[in-house]
Amino acid sequence: MAEKLLEIKNLKTSFRIRDDYYAAVDNVSLTVNKNEVLAIVGESGCGKSALAFSIMGLHSRAKIDGNIYFKNEDIANISTSKLNKLRGKHMGMIFQDPLTALNPLMIIGEQIGETLLLHNKDMTKSARKEKVINLLEKVGIPRPEHVYEQFPHELSGGMRQRVVIATAIANEPDLLIADEPTTALDVTIQSQILDLIKDLKEDMNSGIVLITHDLGVVAEMADRVAVMYAGQVVEIADVHTLFENPLHPYTRSLFNSVPNANEEQDQLHVIQGIVPSLQNLPREGCRFAARIPWIDASAHETNPELHEVQPGHFVRCTCYKHFNFPEESKEEQQHGVS
Amino acid sequence: MWKFSLRRILIMIPQLFALSLLIFILAKMMPGDALSGKIDPNIDPARIEELREEMGWNDPWHEQYARWVGGVVKGDFGQSFRFKMPVTEIIGQRIVNSFWLSLVTLILTYLIAIPLGITSGRFNDTLRDHLITGYSYIGFATPLFIFALVMLWVFGFQLQWFPTSGSVAPGLEPGTFDYVASKLYHLLLPAFSMALIQTYSTIQYLRNEIVDTKQRDFIITARAKGASETRVYNNHILRNSLLPIAAFFGYEITLLIGGSIFVENIFGYPGMGQLLVESITLRDYSVVTATTLLFGVASVLGALLSDIILSIIDPRIRIK
Repeated sequence: MAEKLLEIKNLKTSFRIRDDYYAAVDNVSLTVNKNEVLAIVGESGCGKSALAFSIMGLHSRAKIDGNIYFKNEDIANISTSKLNKLRGKHMGMIFQDPLTALNPLMIIGEQIGETLLLHNKDMTKSARKEKVINLLEKVGIPRPEHVYEQFPHELSGGMRQRVVIATAIANEPDLLIADEPTTALDVTIQSQILDLIKDLKEDMNSGIVLITHDLGVVAEMADRVAVMYAGQVVEIADVHTLFENPLHPYTRSLFNSVPNANEEQDQLHVIQGIVPSLQNLPREGCRFAARIPWIDASAHETNPELHEVQPGHFVRCTCYKHFNFPEESKEEQQHGVS
Repeated sequence: MWKFSLRRILIMIPQLFALSLLIFILAKMMPGDALSGKIDPNIDPARIEELREEMGWNDPWHEQYARWVGGVVKGDFGQSFRFKMPVTEIIGQRIVNSFWLSLVTLILTYLIAIPLGITSGRFNDTLRDHLITGYSYIGFATPLFIFALVMLWVFGFQLQWFPTSGSVAPGLEPGTFDYVASKLYHLLLPAFSMALIQTYSTIQYLRNEIVDTKQRDFIITARAKGASETRVYNNHILRNSLLPIAAFFGYEITLLIGGSIFVENIFGYPGMGQLLVESITLRDYSVVTATTLLFGVASVLGALLSDIILSIIDPRIRIK
């Protein structure tokens, strides 16, 4: 039995916009076990980052309802000072954009060292420096003694992301949250960074929440996958099940939009419409309904819930049973014409 | 850093040259001269013309300019017509007075503005912020010459807390503690008057920069490391927010010079600003050009200092 590291129960993160609260993360329940990678996928604006920030307590003006159990302690609404004992020590976060995630006026060594300094008060300065240089080495930075003294603007994007990672893992956290760690990097660097995160996972036995919109990254890294749409989890399953048998229309649309190199395609598949903004979220009904208008309204539930279709595989709403891509039905009709 | 500073200093040379040329031409373009104003009307116009010739005022302008610059380089600003003594001697004491006034004003400005700017930026859109912003707008809208007069009237004449003119009490031996204390006492009111309403730029720049910086990604990184709010502000936000203040420092000096011209006249404080205004009315060219040039040099030096401070704070500016 895997050991539960993080358990999120009915988490709702809402932001106040003109005297009203809007939920960016709505009723999300997830668990992350030790030594497991949970990937969270979805389009931009689906609440993936909002979820990550909620776990780390990094939202400054959000209302958080529900529970976040980290090692059996509810950290959803604890004080900043208590949170500061966890952040950086037991929970680390890798940020999306390495170009802006580092303080431009501080040398690299100081920035990584700060995490050590904050959580190991009795560590000597020289021990800290040694540790930082070890960390730089660990994340694959050449000439770590030299880089220690450098400023962020003197490093490339990939190097900076390594620095961000080194900062996140400095105290060997039990939970590592990687918020689109490769989005800002080019492809060759991407795979290096992913390999690095994988190795670190093996080393530290920690649980990883990997946020991404890249299904390739998911296939390579994840043990389990949660698909988020408009603040809700719409499907959750282990990675093999999800790739073999995606059920929710949104998950299928996501897979469908990945271009295939073996097939000649005139057009990329796109999902119609856009993710509704916070203020325009439908208050009830299936949130994805607006983007699959050809599906009959009666196929959706009024209050869509997660259904367990097989052990560990959950899908929200009943519409998945009736879903077909319009192209598929069109192709059938147009078969004789073209 | 040194290379950067050296290059920055070399750029100053053409700047100073252009400045001296401009000042000289503008001064020459002023209608009238020292002989056309307060001179005995009974003097023979031919004699006046003779004097003009004698002082070289009828020479072509570039010859006059070359003569002037040649002197300035050697530290000779010529003779004052009014005081009948070398300009350097007249300026000597006054430049010291002006320097202290400016320095105290600058220190007071930052002492008031930086804490207010930080408070305003950290707690933006709260009552505290609104009060501070309100104060800085009032400061921005208040003309210095009116505000200084009000301060003089209230604290100088009505409450009699501060002296109303001069730079030191008479009869004190220079170098003694009483002398220094008296000097400081005399410049406090003018300095306060100037500082109180010149804080707006620093407050507003600092506030906006803090509001901006605290939303930047690396601040979130710092919080994710487990840094306390105090640490986030002191180590990450503040340092990044000080850049525009440093950049503004040079301009602050220019403001100070502009302000000192009013303030020194209102408070009867014998400094460069007062000297400049008096000399302009009396067409005391050599003094006018000398003071203006020194003011110009101070501004250019201020800009230089800004750049050097910036390059110390911000590593991205240091050119390799």
